[in-house]
Amino acid sequence: MTGELGQLALCLALALSLVQAFSGFAGASRGSVRLMAMGRGAALGSFVFIALAFFTLMFAYVTSDFSVMAVAENSHTAKPLLYKITGVWGNHEGSMVLWLLILGIYSAAIAMTQPTDSNENAQLGSRALAVQALIAIAFLVFVLLTSDPFERFYPPPFEGNGLNPLLQDPGLAFHPPLLYLGYVGLSAAFSFAAAALLDRRNDAAWVRRARPFALAAWTALTLGIAAGSWWAYYTLGWGGFWFWDPVENASLMPWLVATALIHSMMATERTGAFKSWTLLLAIAAFSFSLIGTFLVRSGVLNSVHAFANDPRRGLFILMILFVAITSPLVLFAWRAPKLSPGAPFDLVSRETGILINNLLLTAAAATILTGTLYPLVLDAAEGIKISVGPPYFTATVVPILALLALAMPFGPIFLWRRADFRATAYALRFAFAAAVVALLACLAILRPASALGLLAITLGVWLIGGSITDIARRAGSLRRLWLLPAGAWTSAIAHAGLGVVALGVVGASIWKSEAIQVLAPGQSMNVGGYTLRLDSTERVQGPNYFADRAAITVLANGKTITVVHPEKRSYPVEQMGTTESAIRTTVISDLYVVLGDPREGGGWVVRAYVNPMAPFIWIGGVIMALAGFIALRARISARVRATRAAAGIASEPAE
Amino acid sequence: MRTPRNTVAAVFAALMLAVLLAPGPLRAAGAQPEEDTYVPPLANPVLEARAKALQTQLRCLVCQGQSIDESNAPLAADLRRLIREQMQSGKSDDDIKSFLVARYGAFVLMKPPVRQDTFFLWFGPALLVVGGAGIIGVTILRARRRLATDQAQGLDLETGDLK
Repeated sequence: MTGELGQLALCLALALSLVQAFSGFAGASRGSVRLMAMGRGAALGSFVFIALAFFTLMFAYVTSDFSVMAVAENSHTAKPLLYKITGVWGNHEGSMVLWLLILGIYSAAIAMTQPTDSNENAQLGSRALAVQALIAIAFLVFVLLTSDPFERFYPPPFEGNGLNPLLQDPGLAFHPPLLYLGYVGLSAAFSFAAAALLDRRNDAAWVRRARPFALAAWTALTLGIAAGSWWAYYTLGWGGFWFWDPVENASLMPWLVATALIHSMMATERTGAFKSWTLLLAIAAFSFSLIGTFLVRSGVLNSVHAFANDPRRGLFILMILFVAITSPLVLFAWRAPKLSPGAPFDLVSRETGILINNLLLTAAAATILTGTLYPLVLDAAEGIKISVGPPYFTATVVPILALLALAMPFGPIFLWRRADFRATAYALRFAFAAAVVALLACLAILRPASALGLLAITLGVWLIGGSITDIARRAGSLRRLWLLPAGAWTSAIAHAGLGVVALGVVGASIWKSEAIQVLAPGQSMNVGGYTLRLDSTERVQGPNYFADRAAITVLANGKTITVVHPEKRSYPVEQMGTTESAIRTTVISDLYVVLGDPREGGGWVVRAYVNPMAPFIWIGGVIMALAGFIALRARISARVRATRAAAGIASEPAE
Repeated sequence: MRTPRNTVAAVFAALMLAVLLAPGPLRAAGAQPEEDTYVPPLANPVLEARAKALQTQLRCLVCQGQSIDESNAPLAADLRRLIREQMQSGKSDDDIKSFLVARYGAFVLMKPPVRQDTFFLWFGPALLVVGGAGIIGVTILRARRRLATDQAQGLDLETGDLK
C-alpha cells in the first residue's frame, strides 16, 4: 500500500507542477495576483507531495518492505538503521527522488520569499517559479517513466540483496544530500536568469533575488565535495583524496562555474556591470549540474554495463539536458542585442578582477569537461581508446587554477570601477614577502623538491597573506577588527580557505611518506618518524559483517603515543570486503594505517602513510563554506531589515 | 512483472552504483583478491621510488579508472611486479611504457599521448584561455570607453549619477 501511496504522491506532485508552470507564466504575463498566488501555492503543494513520496520510500526501506523492487535490490534486514535510512539515496531510483525533493525545497523557498503583490518583482518571481516547475516536470516524468522507485516485485523475496558495503558509512548521510543541495540549488539561479530573459527587463532585480539561492547552493556544494573527498580519503585505504574521476569531475565542474557565478553576481548587483555574463553563468552553472547528472545517471561513463540495460534513462536525461541548455541560450541570443551594456569600469578595477575570475574558472570547468568527454568521443568516433587520467588534469587544470590564485589577492583589494594597481600591489607587499619566504624555506628544507609542490605552497601562503592584508586594510586597526561587518570578512575567509586547501593538497600528495611491510605479531615497521608495532589481530563481529581487527602500537622516539585499530571487514550478504583505515591526526599531519591481507606462513601486510597537512584539505573546504554561510546570513538579514523598513514606510501614512 | 535478478548481477549493480554515487570509495571496490597482491618493495630505494612514480602513470585495465598504484586487482599487482623486474634489468621508464603500450595500447597510459587525435585535448585548454582572454579584453575595453564617455558627460564615477 505504501508504495502505491508514494507513486500517487509523485503523480500529484506532477499535476501540481503543471499548475505551477501554467499559473506562474500566465499570472506573470497578465499581472494577475490570484494566478501568481496559485503558482506559489502549487509550488508548496508539489513540495509537500514530493516529500510525502520521499518519506514513503524511506518507510519502505526502514521496514524492509521487499515487495518494492528498489528496496529488495538495495537493502537488507540486518543492515543498521542508519544505513536503511541513508540507503534510500544509495541507488539510482532513490537518489532521483532525493534530487526531486531538493528541487522542491528550493521551489518552496522561492515561493515563500516571493512578494505577494503584482509588481514587477512578483512577476519575475512568478516566472522563475514556472521555470522551476518545468524542471520538476521533466524530472518527475523521468522518474515515473524510467526509474520508478516504487515498482513492485512479486513474489517478494525473504531477504534483500543488501547495500554496497562501501556505502555503509556515515558519509552517505552527508555527502549526497549536500552535493544535491548544491547542484540542484543552482536551478534557482537558472530559473531567475530565465525569468529575467523572459521578463524583457534589463536590471539587476533577478540577481538580487537569485543571489541568496546561488550562495546557499555554492556553500552546500563546497561542503558536499569536501565531505566526499574526506570520505574517499578514509575509506579508500591508501590516503588518496581526489582522483579526477568522472563522477568527481561531475561535481567539480558546477562548483567552478558556481564560484564564477557568485562573483559575477556580486558585481552585477553592486555596480550593474556585465549583466550578460552573469546571465550566461547562471545558465551555465545549472547546465553543468545537468551534464553531471547525465554523465552519472546515464552510465555513459565508467562502464558500458552500468545502465546499459536501460538506455532510455540516458536518452531521457540527454533530452532534458538539450532542452534546458539550448532554450535559455536561444532566448539569450534573441534578447542579448537588446540588453543595455553593463555599467562602465576601468581596466584596473574589481570588475576586471571578477572577469578574470570568470574566465579562468569557466576555462577550468571546460577543460575538465573536455578531459572527461574526450575518451568517450574518441572511442565513439574513431574506436580509439585512450585514458585521460590525473596527470592530464594536473598538467592542464592546475596551471589555470595557479593563474587564478596568483590574481586572487588583488580582487578584494581593488576598488570598484577604478583601482590603483601600484597601490594595491604595494598593499600586498607583506603577503608577497611571506610567499617568497615560504618558497625559500620549502626549497631549503623539503625533499623531494617538487616544482608543483613549491608552487602550491607559495600560492597557498600568498592567498592566506592576501586575505590577512585585505582584512587589515578594511579594519585599519586591531581594535576595529571587531567592528567590521560580517560581509567584509567573506572574501578574505573564502580566499584564505582556498590557500589552506592548497597547502593540504600538496602536503598529502607530494610530501607523504609511506611504508608497506609484512608484520608478524610483535614485529615493527617505521614510517615518517613513527614506529608501528603489530601487537595482535582478532576476529570481531559487526551487525552485518565480520572483521579482522589489528592492534598496532604507535611509538615515536621510543615512547608509546597511542594504539590504533585498523580493520579489514567482510560483508557476507554483499560478498564484499572493505578496509577500515585507522587515522591518527595531529591536525598538522595524519598517520594513516591500513591492515592488508594475511600472508601464508603468518603475518599481515600492513601499509602506513604519514600525510603531512592532509587535514588542511577539509579544514580549508569548511573555511570556504563558512564564508559562503556568512555571506548568506549577511544577505538574509539585510533583506529582513529592508522588508521591515519597507513595512515601516508603508505603515507610516496610517499613523 | 520483472523476474528477480540473480545475486551476482545485483552485487555488480550495487558496485556500479557505488561507482556512480560515491566519488572516492569506488576505488576500494575492486573485488577481494584471491591472489597475492602484495609486491615487496625493491631493495634499491632509488629504483623503488622510480617504480612508485611510474605506477601512478599506468592504468589498471580491469578497474574503474584506477592507476595500478591504487588498485588491488591481481592484474595491477602483476604489472607492479613486471615494472620492478624490468627496472632491475636496467630498462628505463620510457622503455617500460612503450613495452606496455605495445601490449595494451595507449589506453594503459594515464597521461594520454600528444598525437593528432588528441590535439584538441591537449591544446584546447590553452586555446580556451586565450580566446576567452580576447573576449573579456573586448568587454573591458568597451566598459572603459563607456567610462570615459560617462566622465566626459560629467557623471559621478562612484554612483554613475550626474554630478
